[in-house]
Amino acid sequence: MKRIFGLQTAAGFKLFAALGAVVLAIAAAELAYGPVSLSLSEVSSAILGWGDASSTAIVTQIRAPRLLLGIAVGTALALSGCALQGVLRNPLADPGLIGVTGGASVGAAATIVLGDALALELPREIRPYLLPVSAFLGCALVTSFVFRLSRHAGTTSVATLILAGVAINAIAGAAIGVMVYISDDRQLRDLTFWTMGSLGGANWTMVAVTLAVVSVAAAALATLGRALDLFQIGERAAFHSGLNVERTKRNIALLSAIAVGGATAAAGPIGFIGLVAPHMARLIIGPSHRLVLPASALLGMGLLLGSDLAVRNIVPPAEPPIGLATSLIGGPFFLWLLLTRMKGRGLVA
Amino acid sequence: MKLIVPTALVAVLMSTVSLSETFPQRIVSAGGDLTEIVYALGAEDRLIGFDVTSNYPPSARDKEQIGYVRRISAEGVLALGPDLVLGAHDMGPPAAVDQLRAAGVRVELAPRGDSAKGIPEKVRFVGQLLGLTDKARQLASQIKADLSREAARAASKQPKPRVIFVLALGEGEPMVAGVGSSAAKIIELAGGTNAVTQFKGYKPMSREAILAAQPEVLLMMDSAVGRYGGIDKILERPELALTPAGQTRRYVSMDGMLLLGFGPRTPLAIEQLGEALRQ
Repeated sequence: MKRIFGLQTAAGFKLFAALGAVVLAIAAAELAYGPVSLSLSEVSSAILGWGDASSTAIVTQIRAPRLLLGIAVGTALALSGCALQGVLRNPLADPGLIGVTGGASVGAAATIVLGDALALELPREIRPYLLPVSAFLGCALVTSFVFRLSRHAGTTSVATLILAGVAINAIAGAAIGVMVYISDDRQLRDLTFWTMGSLGGANWTMVAVTLAVVSVAAAALATLGRALDLFQIGERAAFHSGLNVERTKRNIALLSAIAVGGATAAAGPIGFIGLVAPHMARLIIGPSHRLVLPASALLGMGLLLGSDLAVRNIVPPAEPPIGLATSLIGGPFFLWLLLTRMKGRGLVA
Repeated sequence: MKLIVPTALVAVLMSTVSLSETFPQRIVSAGGDLTEIVYALGAEDRLIGFDVTSNYPPSARDKEQIGYVRRISAEGVLALGPDLVLGAHDMGPPAAVDQLRAAGVRVELAPRGDSAKGIPEKVRFVGQLLGLTDKARQLASQIKADLSREAARAASKQPKPRVIFVLALGEGEPMVAGVGSSAAKIIELAGGTNAVTQFKGYKPMSREAILAAQPEVLLMMDSAVGRYGGIDKILERPELALTPAGQTRRYVSMDGMLLLGFGPRTPLAIEQLGEALRQ
């Protein structure tokens, strides 16, 4: 038994090392490749501060913030997707399901459409942060509302939680529809583009805030592996194993809302990663959440950075929305993984 | 004395050299109207990239495409190595504009100009940046004269037909131009009346409201007419078939950038639209 366990960890360690190496390579490529072709020595001297003004600006003002924002957003989406799927015991759960993304979208839409009047009153330096702040507030408000609704007599009902999320999403959709209706055509275009998501708006202030918010939430989520494993045998059994079920549920909801709220506020709603990264992780590394959580974080980062790399370089100087790439790259990869694993288990001829 | 002549010559040479160097030679234009102005000023050989709205003159389509004006990618534009990014007033996102400036690229946003008065202003603005002030002044006053001639001619004519501009049809309700939209402005300049008075900007309009507005002429962009299966198919739709425009089959179809661009070709647009409305 011990030997088998040891073997598993060694295999797991190898898999993690491979995953980490892939993500590291993609991250390096994100710094090195872009529409402006810079040689590796130019990139490295720009990082060290020896480069000329223009290549330094490209690397430090455009590519580096994008890279860090990509890391933060990919981690946030994948970890919260993984934790929500685990705690809700629903393989289709993603941060969108409990209304998190919907709330952020309402906040953003309201700022884009109604914010012009308000923004003129604010000092110039604060104006760009109005949208991320209200997206985050929208997300926090909606998530706490969904959780309040689904809490009865000290216990949170998972079924009510999902249904409340569905209802909240419908209401959020209607609210966005109202914003679309009263918007002028510039606001409408901005709204459309925001809903496609992008890392293009990254600047250092935004990156610093997002990294701070996401890393706190992500670090806390990453420690919940054992709790999530216990949840898989049912809430009652988890309770009898000594887990504080209620507190765990509340923590996961809160932490997911913070992580996804921060990510969505900075980069817009980016779908698919929260849903699929945890499944990929499970296919690669097995069911134990202690391993699935970090593996999904790595996969989320890799997927998002890879997609960003693709959209930046595919039709320069233009840049298609990142959501297209996450699905186009992630979808086939996921299918391939699914089919090879099922073949391996003799489920498919 | 012997020395003075060569020195003066050198000074003159140097000043011309520095003059031609101070004005941008590699320009990216983000705005179809601005691109047309650069062409009208004869400086098209200095242009290296465009946004998607720059589709006139046709040769503009051959150059590098930077995407949509509200969604430009800073590094994509930087890759072209421009010394000036000439942007429409609403070029964005703001972060990309900041990043371009941080990388040392000069970014100049044109004044907002979707009115008859705004066009000469944009022309002078572009001329100043390109170092073609005189030429731009000439072009601006030419456009101004053409505009007021066409507008006066249109204003003198009666009756003023009620025009509805349909931007898009799609599955749901038609997207129609309301008060203050660029389409409404060009309709009025050309001697028509915008049939829609209930809302501002471009909005979906309910079928019954379109019937109630009683438009006498349907105005659309060529590209939209093609996209929705030709004018016959469009006029068959119930919300249009039962209007005076549908019953008399009065419609005008024009190139979108010519009609709504508010650039150097706007006098021509007013003339063409005006003639079509008075037929």
